[in-house]
Amino acid sequence: MLHIVNKSPFEKNSLQSCLSCAKEGSTILLIEDGVYGVLKNSAVSDAITGAMKGMTICALEADVKARGIADKVIDGVKLVDYNGFVDLTCDNEKLQSWL
Amino acid sequence: MTQKKFLYVNRKAPYGTVYALESLEVVLIGAAFEQDVRLLFMDDGVFQLAKGQDTAGIDNKNFSPTYSALGDYEVTKIYVDKQSLEERGMSLDDLQHLVWEDEDDDWAERDSIVLVDRSEIKEIMEENDVVLSF
Repeated sequence: MLHIVNKSPFEKNSLQSCLSCAKEGSTILLIEDGVYGVLKNSAVSDAITGAMKGMTICALEADVKARGIADKVIDGVKLVDYNGFVDLTCDNEKLQSWL
Repeated sequence: MTQKKFLYVNRKAPYGTVYALESLEVVLIGAAFEQDVRLLFMDDGVFQLAKGQDTAGIDNKNFSPTYSALGDYEVTKIYVDKQSLEERGMSLDDLQHLVWEDEDDDWAERDSIVLVDRSEIKEIMEENDVVLSF
């Protein structure tokens, strides 16, 4: 299953709720302000690295670059472009957007 | 015109919402009317000052270079909450280097950004005539 989060984890708890409800094997895609979740050494980075043991964490590269944080992304996070975004939505039978 | 002290409190990340851009525009207008303007960036607002922003891929205007013009508008006090930076794995080095030129000291360049803690923010909020929150 694909979970999409578009809100900053420092302002809303969408990412935290998503991580606690997503099953192993899921893919989490962070877009828009959601990409702040992949910052190294932040208050939520442990939750992300913990989730990476059983899930794939992706972030939309254009949103990462727009926000100037491309060199501070947690190792192991997969950066995807818009085509990759489309592929993820096609490859996963189910999708949930955490608004 | 009477000069008042304005504090603009910026708490939103850029691009996800329009608050950051709107705030910047109001700040520049206030400064153009020769009001005493100071800025505070806290919570996700600290992301507005991140250096290296490149919005080519998201069809948004990159307005972050405009912050470097604030010094020319005599906006010389830009407060950044230390705790907000730390929670986000960020430090002063991750922010743009913003400066202003000191007329009274042969136009020497001075840093505009001042890192502050919450006890200092309490005082900063009290010492202004008008607080505008974005």
